[in-house]
Amino acid sequence: MLNRMLWCIKNMKGRILFLMMMVFTISFMNVYGVQRFPKPEFESGYVQPETLQPSARSAVLATMDVVVLAFALALVSWLVLKKRSRKGVFLTSVFSLAYFGFYRQGCVCSIGAIQNVTLALFDSSYVIPLAAITFFILPLIFTLFFGRTFCAGVCPFGAIQDLVSFRPQKIDPRLNAILGVIPYIYLGLAILYAATGTDFIICRYDPFVGIFRFSATFGMYIFAGTLLVSGIFIARPYCRYLCPYGVLLNWISRFSWLHITITPSNCIQCRLCEDSCPYDAIDMPLIGRNPENRAVTIRKLILICLLVPFFVVLGGWTGSRLHETLAGVNGKVRLAKELLEPLKFADQPETFEIAAYKSSGKPLSLVYAEASQVLRQFYTGSWILGCFIGLVFGIILASRLLTRYRTDYSPNKGACFSCTRCVDYCPVEKNGLKEIQP
Amino acid sequence: MEPTEDDPKLNRREFLGKAIRASVFLGIGGLAVLVAEKTISGQTVWQLDPAKCIQCGRCATSCVLTPSAVKCTHVYAMCGYCDLCGGYFKPGTKILNTAAENQLCPTNAIKRKFVEDPFFEYSIAEPLCIGCGKCVKGCSAFGNGSLQLQVRQNICENCNQCSIARNCPSGAFSRVPAGKPYLLKQIVQETKSKK
Repeated sequence: MLNRMLWCIKNMKGRILFLMMMVFTISFMNVYGVQRFPKPEFESGYVQPETLQPSARSAVLATMDVVVLAFALALVSWLVLKKRSRKGVFLTSVFSLAYFGFYRQGCVCSIGAIQNVTLALFDSSYVIPLAAITFFILPLIFTLFFGRTFCAGVCPFGAIQDLVSFRPQKIDPRLNAILGVIPYIYLGLAILYAATGTDFIICRYDPFVGIFRFSATFGMYIFAGTLLVSGIFIARPYCRYLCPYGVLLNWISRFSWLHITITPSNCIQCRLCEDSCPYDAIDMPLIGRNPENRAVTIRKLILICLLVPFFVVLGGWTGSRLHETLAGVNGKVRLAKELLEPLKFADQPETFEIAAYKSSGKPLSLVYAEASQVLRQFYTGSWILGCFIGLVFGIILASRLLTRYRTDYSPNKGACFSCTRCVDYCPVEKNGLKEIQP
Repeated sequence: MEPTEDDPKLNRREFLGKAIRASVFLGIGGLAVLVAEKTISGQTVWQLDPAKCIQCGRCATSCVLTPSAVKCTHVYAMCGYCDLCGGYFKPGTKILNTAAENQLCPTNAIKRKFVEDPFFEYSIAEPLCIGCGKCVKGCSAFGNGSLQLQVRQNICENCNQCSIARNCPSGAFSRVPAGKPYLLKQIVQETKSKK
């Protein structure tokens, strides 16, 4: 209903006129300062004080952040792959927590930089700081070469959760797979909201930034507390079941050039590392099982080929149904809605939004035109978002259906955070038992 | 293990891995180049445009900091040094003195100092100011509008997404280049005469 009305208004020809009127109002605003009372001419030799305008943090320090990031990434990659030192990785992560977390107060971080990059791609007027691009790109490149070493020792969010994971429990693989869908949805929503210029939801619902600043809303403290307390038993809950940047790192890490291995030479199947991973990221060998019948595999493949497109279309359709709900958060759409339904708000005092709209002198049709444009963006966006989530469901189902045969204990390249805990459990490592064959 | 001629399966897997790695690398690089066109070497900071501000009071409550990084800023060049200051006194104040019940500011952050008859200087005690904008509203309604809300850049955390900007009803907040971080209203005639 709302959608259709806005479409109609958008089609009106008066758009150029509105733009001209807007330019007129803006040029009028420049002469806003009205000198009702002239400045006195003082006789007592009074010197008028300067209006102090203290400047922001210097750009040199922003460059230093980037240098520290690059250095920490290089150091932790070296510690993981060459030194295989858990202690070194732990110390680097404590440093990163202190620097990127408590000193830099968690801003700008790589997770949030997804939104800056998205906004820069979609909004031509937005200029992106160089630091935001580097924070987005550098960890991706390091992951492509060395696996998720960023998660191991550079990300302050990972570090704070790693510190509290005292009693990690095994998570049921089915539950793990279901919860693993949440980051994809979160990533999709974050990109949708950033691309439409609505909001940066990753920053808004960032649980740990409040801890780094010692100041947050009550709700965010509860959220952060829940994550940290549950993090005692479920290691790194944010990284595994929420982090949208983790989705990108996960997929890039699967194709990484190098990756941490549990054993430095050959696996002797001693099973000592089996329970060492707090994140259930070690793939067990499946030698005992018989390889399945070829006909069964083909039947499964046909099922997958039918199910995935179905999921994609179903997801896209569901998404497009929800586009008005999703767009309801957008300020322009909300204002248009409030202005369209004045009766509903008649008994309430005028909202600040409506007051601000009235004082701005903006024509009503421009508000509607803008809202309809945002709604159309959301319609396209939610189709894509829905298809994407459908595809993710399909792929996860497919990976659950198909089994890959492995002979050795190896870290799952996607899920492994390269924390190097498992390395300490390998007897080949400890005692130099390289000669012993299974 | 080195891939050999007798093990074609390993070769194929290695080749695919390399191809995907190269394309992901090119993809990331391409994205970087695409975005890098719209970059600035420095930082952007958040600032509010006083011309758009309607003094709703959300600056005081929405900031991630307590008290807010938005403070009242006094542009002395615009001030009329009035005895009956619309930003200092509550409407309807009879006796113009510094008594607490007369003051509009809830935190006693505006200091009133006698200069010469009949002029008074008003200055902001920044640590006390909570950025509620009550004085700004009074000054723009009855005075010259020399009291203006501004994000104080030495206090602001420069969050990636400003939480006041999200709640601002008039869209007064925007990212501005760090080199010119204040958007103070100035009197047009004033600047012309100075030149």
